[in-house]
Amino acid sequence: MAKELRIGNDAVARGLYEGGVRVVSSYPGTPSTEITEFISTYDDVYSEWAPNEKVAAEVALGAAIAGARAFCGMKHVGLNVASEPVFTGSYTGVNAGWVIAVADDPGMHSSQNEQDSRHYAKAAKVMMLEPSDSAECLEFAKKGFELSEQFDCPVILRLTTRVAHSRSLVEIGDRNDIGVKEYVKNPQKYVMMPAMARGRHVVVEQRLLDQAEWAESCELNRVEMNDTKIGVITSGVCYQYAKEALGKNASYLKLGCVYPMPIDIIRDFAAKCDKVYVLEELDPFIEEHCKANGIDVIGKEAFTVQGEYSQSLIAKVILGKETEAISTDLEIPGRPPVLCAGCPHRGLFYALKKQNVTVSGDIGCYTLGALAPLGMIDTCICMGASVSALHGRNKANPENEKKSVAVIGDSTFIHSGVTGLIDIAYNASNSTVIILDNSITGMTGHQQNPTTGKTIKGDPATAVNLEALAKAVGIDRVRVVDPYNLKETEAAIKEELAVEEPSVIISRRPCTLLKYVKHEKPLKVNADKCRGCKACMKIGCPAISFRDKKAVIDFTQCIGCGVCEQLCAFGAIEKGE
Amino acid sequence: METKSIMIVGVGGQGTLLSSRLLGAVLTAKGYDVKVSEVHGMSQRGGSVVTYVKYGDEVYSPIIEKGEADYILSFEQLEAARWLPFLKKGGKLIVNTQQIDPMPVVIGAAEYPQGVIEAIGATGADITSIDALSLAVEAGSSKAVNVVLIGVLASKTDIAYDTWVDAVKATVPAKFLELNLKAFDLGYNYK
Ligand SMILES: Cc1ncc(C[n+]2csc(CCOP(=O)(O)OP(=O)(O)O)c2C)c(N)n1
Ligand code: SF4
Ligand code: SF4
Repeated sequence: MAKELRIGNDAVARGLYEGGVRVVSSYPGTPSTEITEFISTYDDVYSEWAPNEKVAAEVALGAAIAGARAFCGMKHVGLNVASEPVFTGSYTGVNAGWVIAVADDPGMHSSQNEQDSRHYAKAAKVMMLEPSDSAECLEFAKKGFELSEQFDCPVILRLTTRVAHSRSLVEIGDRNDIGVKEYVKNPQKYVMMPAMARGRHVVVEQRLLDQAEWAESCELNRVEMNDTKIGVITSGVCYQYAKEALGKNASYLKLGCVYPMPIDIIRDFAAKCDKVYVLEELDPFIEEHCKANGIDVIGKEAFTVQGEYSQSLIAKVILGKETEAISTDLEIPGRPPVLCAGCPHRGLFYALKKQNVTVSGDIGCYTLGALAPLGMIDTCICMGASVSALHGRNKANPENEKKSVAVIGDSTFIHSGVTGLIDIAYNASNSTVIILDNSITGMTGHQQNPTTGKTIKGDPATAVNLEALAKAVGIDRVRVVDPYNLKETEAAIKEELAVEEPSVIISRRPCTLLKYVKHEKPLKVNADKCRGCKACMKIGCPAISFRDKKAVIDFTQCIGCGVCEQLCAFGAIEKGE
Repeated sequence: METKSIMIVGVGGQGTLLSSRLLGAVLTAKGYDVKVSEVHGMSQRGGSVVTYVKYGDEVYSPIIEKGEADYILSFEQLEAARWLPFLKKGGKLIVNTQQIDPMPVVIGAAEYPQGVIEAIGATGADITSIDALSLAVEAGSSKAVNVVLIGVLASKTDIAYDTWVDAVKATVPAKFLELNLKAFDLGYNYK
């Protein structure tokens, strides 16, 4: 069969499909999102976007216990949220297979921290597989279901950005649909209260021993003997970096199963090599396993726990080889990401800037409001934290109530912001929460969510009514503004900060990148009227630049939102024809 | 055959991902082992973006490091200078002369350097600069910059014209095919 070039996440989706997945529930998060997007293209698989990762994992485990092979996918921090059902799901085990994909992001291309998910496998005592290219993504995802059923255990597939977002060749196979297995009531196994859980813990410990023994001879862990002066123990994309840097000048032990880890084959391999390196990004997970078992390896003392590895890093450390590079002596300004031209979040941040408030921020496109020239986010911690941290801030000092707000996106609000809002209502702080409702999950590449009225497949769905939800939890002051209207937005913020009760402002305008959003004609600057005051540049729209002492608008980027027009005191920004 | 490396760099939103997809299609059709590495997410919002394409008999690492790229295709001047250190000795650089001010320049915290193309030329790098935006507009849409640039790259490889055209046909939606084929030709025939 012809090979196809597929991105790692697409290959995972294909592997799950071939492995007979029937129920999929995920919450988006770079670099894991596309797995579930690709799965949604298979009509014979049920798939959905869940409100958050905890719900997704519970849906998947519920389906697996009911007898359907199930999957949930998330980014590394998503596993923090989903960890609750995963830890106890390790005790209940499954009926049909349950595969969980978690995508780590070494180098933090799109993340708020650099945590290493492998610790979760160890802590929750579940098996973890780690593919190193798209072909293995497909193979391991498929194999995950078999292993999950063989050991009656959730199986985590760990990806990193370079595996999830690299394309390489895969061979497509057929689907093995095992149907829905029979569910047999079994409280000893599925009702985790103390008496039963004690019994299950015994099972879990025995299972780990069985899996470790299996890991000694499974085909996922393999040895490639070449020159034995250098031995490399590695997994995931680091295997590819090592092969490129060292080729046949080294021997390799490649671990496809990173938890539980074998010990005999590692000891054996190490004994055959003069010098053994452990090549793994982030924490010394394999390294500590080796060292704890008295195997002499070189790991983080020569490398790093920060950022990504690469072929050149390995060549430099192990071979002392460096590649020459040319460069100009120009000073090259950085190019940080920015809110799109016409982004609805921009007007809101500008209005906040005028009020000079402290902003408890959250995660989404709007986090970019932290950067110059808006610079209007004071904190960004984790999803949902904007709302609860604002409540904490206001409890720390009630004077803050009049000069602080929280900003949170629609998807993030549903994910875990609403619980913070309940706290505000229940434990009474005069907090002002602004929901930036752009009708989509923007940052991760535009996924539907419970507020958008559409399912993952684009079919009509029940939409959460944000106004009614805020009222239902006990917030009486709820109002909606259009962030393209600066005056209205500013007035609303001013009023809600002043009142002696909690309030919610919904800043509502769909993301400009959505297909159904109609763009206006680009605006243009009338050079005769422009006095070069740069007032229009305070909002940081990427379509506006300054040339020859006048503002100019790039017609290829401007969508005619009209926000800059409201800032010009000289009427120099005009409608284009 | 030794592994060859192509980097595509630009500004998020410029359509660099389509070019790498097109390249991937061409190279797979030629029977090479291929790896393409993209970065999605945050930087797609107007940040500096880079895609790595590697092909050969057997490709291992999906990424390209300093001094390793046989070709760099840059969608924007400043990005060409930023990524120049990734060019291999003797490698070729193709630059779209379009300038897009990064936010630090827009707000006056930094300056867009003058004479970028000349400065790159002065390092001895083999550089082809082209106003791909004008050619794209000539072909019918400012969005076709990516296909114009792929056309220039195509003319510098030893892969047959027809293979490229087939890949364009397989990658772009039918209703934009004519426009894109024109854009490709304008790039391919650029001297
Ligand atoms: C626990 C967790 N899950 C997922 C993500 C990935 N993520 C970052 S922002 C975001 C949602 C953004 O959507 P929204 O709140 O609607 O704001 P927008 O980007 O549309 O402005 C997601 C899912 C994350 N950072 N943390
Ligand atoms: S994708 Fe949408 S929400 Fe995100 S920055 Fe662009 S316009 Fe704003
Ligand atoms: S109207 Fe002004 S603010 Fe809106 S997109 Fe165009 S240039 Fe940017």
